[in-house]
Parts: sequence; C-alpha cells; structure tokens
Amino acid sequence: MQTPPPFDYERATSVEHAIALLERLGPEARLVAGGHSLLPMMKLRLARPEHLIDINDLVSQLAYVRVESNELRIGAMTRHADVLASAVVREHMAMLVDAERVIADPIVRNRGTIGGSLCQADPSEDLSAAFSAAKATVVIQSASGSRNVAARELHTGPYETVVGPAEMLTEVRIPIRPGCGSAYEKVERRVGDWAVAAVGVCVWMQGATIGDIGIGLTAVGATHFCCPEAEDALRGKEPTEENIAAAAALASQHCNPQADQRGPAEYKRHLAGELTARALRRAVARAAGKDA
Amino acid sequence: MQITMTINGDEVSRDVEARVLLVHFIRDQVGLTGTHWGCDTSNCGACVVWLDGTPVKSCTVLAAMADGREVRTVEGMEHADGLDPVQQGFMECHGLQCGFCTPGMMLTTRWLLDHNPDPSEGEIREAISGQLCRCTGYDNIIKSVQWAAAHAREEAVTS
Repeated sequence: MQTPPPFDYERATSVEHAIALLERLGPEARLVAGGHSLLPMMKLRLARPEHLIDINDLVSQLAYVRVESNELRIGAMTRHADVLASAVVREHMAMLVDAERVIADPIVRNRGTIGGSLCQADPSEDLSAAFSAAKATVVIQSASGSRNVAARELHTGPYETVVGPAEMLTEVRIPIRPGCGSAYEKVERRVGDWAVAAVGVCVWMQGATIGDIGIGLTAVGATHFCCPEAEDALRGKEPTEENIAAAAALASQHCNPQADQRGPAEYKRHLAGELTARALRRAVARAAGKDA
Repeated sequence: MQITMTINGDEVSRDVEARVLLVHFIRDQVGLTGTHWGCDTSNCGACVVWLDGTPVKSCTVLAAMADGREVRTVEGMEHADGLDPVQQGFMECHGLQCGFCTPGMMLTTRWLLDHNPDPSEGEIREAISGQLCRCTGYDNIIKSVQWAAAHAREEAVTS
C-alpha cells in the first residue's frame, strides 16, 4: 500500500488565508490543489511536507477562464477538464486545448489544476511548454502584494520555481494579439503518459510573414521550456518549408534531452525538431483560419 | 482529525489520520468495499468515485479533502426500483469478466451519460481512457455503455 508520510492538514478558505497559513507554518508547508502530482510524490517519499494546506475551497475564487485587458486569464485552480472544455480558450489559444487533451486522462483532468501543474514544475510537464510558447505571465501573490513573472522565468530547475515559500501562484495571463495561431504536438508512449517529447508553437502573423513567434518544448531539457534560437530564425520570415526546416533543426540542436525509459537522447532530439515543424505548420494554418 | 462527509446520501463521520486516502477510508473505515483499490498510482481507475458530482481517482484524494463534501460510490448507483440502466447494461452485454474495474467503469459511464446521453463510440472510448480492464474486455464495456444509453432513451420516451 502506498500512503503518504504523516503530515498536518489545514484547509484554506481564501487566498489570503492560504498565504497566512504558509507564513505561519513555514517552509515545510505545501499547498495542495488537485494533488495529482504532490500526493504521488509523497507516496514515493520524494516529497515530505510537514503541513499540507488544502486549497480546493478556493475554486470559487480561482477557477475561471476570462478575457480581460486584452489577455486570456486563467485562474490557478482551474481544473484541466475545464480548460479543455473552454470555448474561450479554444478561440484564443487552441494550443492549450491540444495540450490538455493529452494531459493524463479524463478522470485525472477532473481533479488536476493548471496552477498545481505549473508549480510542480516537472521537467516533462505540458503546460509549461505551452505557456512558454504563448509568452504567458503568471501572477504570484504574497502577503505584501502580487508580482507578475514571465512564464519563461517561472522555473529555476526540475521541480523548482521562483514561487517563494509564502507565495502562491494565482493566475496565468496570456496576451491576446492579432494574427495568432497556435498548436501543440506531443509524442507519448501510451495515451495519458508523460511526453517523450512535445512542442507548442504560437505564431502571430503579419500578413504572409511571422511577426512574432513562441516555441515551447518539454521533456527535452530545453532551458526555460523554450527555444529562442529557433524563434529568432523565423521572426520576420515567411513560414516556407525551408524556413520551417531550418527552425526545426535549431530546436533539435538547442535542447538537451536525457536518455531514459522513454527513449534514447538522439530519438528525443529528432522528435524536438520534427514536432517543432509539425506544430509550426498547424499554427500557421490556424492563423490563416484553417482548421488544422 | 474528525471528518464528516456524505456517502451515497448518508452522513458518515470518523476520526482519521490526515494521510488516509479516500479509497481506504471508503473501504476500510466505512466498509463499502465496492470501490476497488488497484494501482495506487492514479493509472488504473478501479477506485473511481464521484466527489461533489465529478468522477475522481480516490487513491489520489485524501479522505480529509472530502470532509464536508458528497461522495458517491458504486453502492449508490442502484435506484429504489432496481438497477441503474448502466448496471443493467453491464449485465446484459457481459461488460464485466473478473469485475475488478467494473465499479469505476460504471461510475464513469453514469457521469458520461448524464452529460452526453448519446455518446459516439469514440466518445465512450475517450471517457474510459483513464481506466484499465485487465481482462481487456473493452469491446463489451463499450457495448454495455451503448446498451445503457439506448435503454435510458427508451425510458425517457415511454415515461
């Protein structure tokens, strides 16, 4: 039987309450949202928090998808299933729907939250790549106020983020810009598994040229889940097959995959390039209004 | 810690360690062994129950997290006038062999049909994709879901 090690349980009734509990209980306290990353880690003794602060009552405050100030804003307690089902998300950032469809399985998606996934900071996590591609910002709240951090600066390493011990990630903000098309491509060993490799691409077209672009990669050791070298190579260019191939080669080159049970490093490097090309083509087609 | 929840309409109160998982609470403390305990890793779906109306894997939910909430298990599927059409469908179409995955499969099916009364085969396969049948009896499970959908519709038409 796998059971977590002993801990004290608290339940927060508001964001302020959760932060006050974090401050009072100290660095050995952890927030638990859906718990589908943290509880398995605790069962394996990879995590041993002394206090768990259950924030599921914060769904009333932090589970939402809305458009505000020209941004798509998603509350941290929004369950994966609700992001997947959201027409607003589909309209503004189809990549997130692609990604959510291949995160775990429908029952796990009923419980897991986007904030929990981001803060778990698993190096193979899908939304980290998607939000990196979308050039999203996360809102991190503490007792003294809130700060905004670029999604690309959220992670400091495997399972580590800039979110402090008495801070809480409360929202993800994705800028809404014209000419947008996005797509997410993942290769997994079986449905619902972690990625062997996955790539999210977001393009903002200006006529026939790529005005701006974000390329996010997961599970392949890409620094900050992104590939600025490939982005720079495409910005201001037309998405021709030749340019796509050049960007894919850069994505393949500028990652650092590790061999594990999901495959050898060279295979993952190959996937990083191929999936970049596939996601690019679909993102560009979607920007042109084609249902790709 | 003292926790109180509603299971299949009945209020249940117990003193538990905070680390007790919901699946063990339901089986060992409350004695409802219809909920099965399988992989421990939120892969197999044998432990699926409804928490506040949504299917969850109860091996990855703390009993404490269900404090004050509503839980529905397979024991709560039967109506006063007989089996739920989902249970009937699994009987009619041989939707269970060893029966281990059955409670979770049926609870997910009930939820699917509540939200999508006429699912396509693809939608059914997607809905149960987080649940494993080690007898590999998926075709009959899908037929069972389709039977339940068809007979619920008949009932709705005739009543």
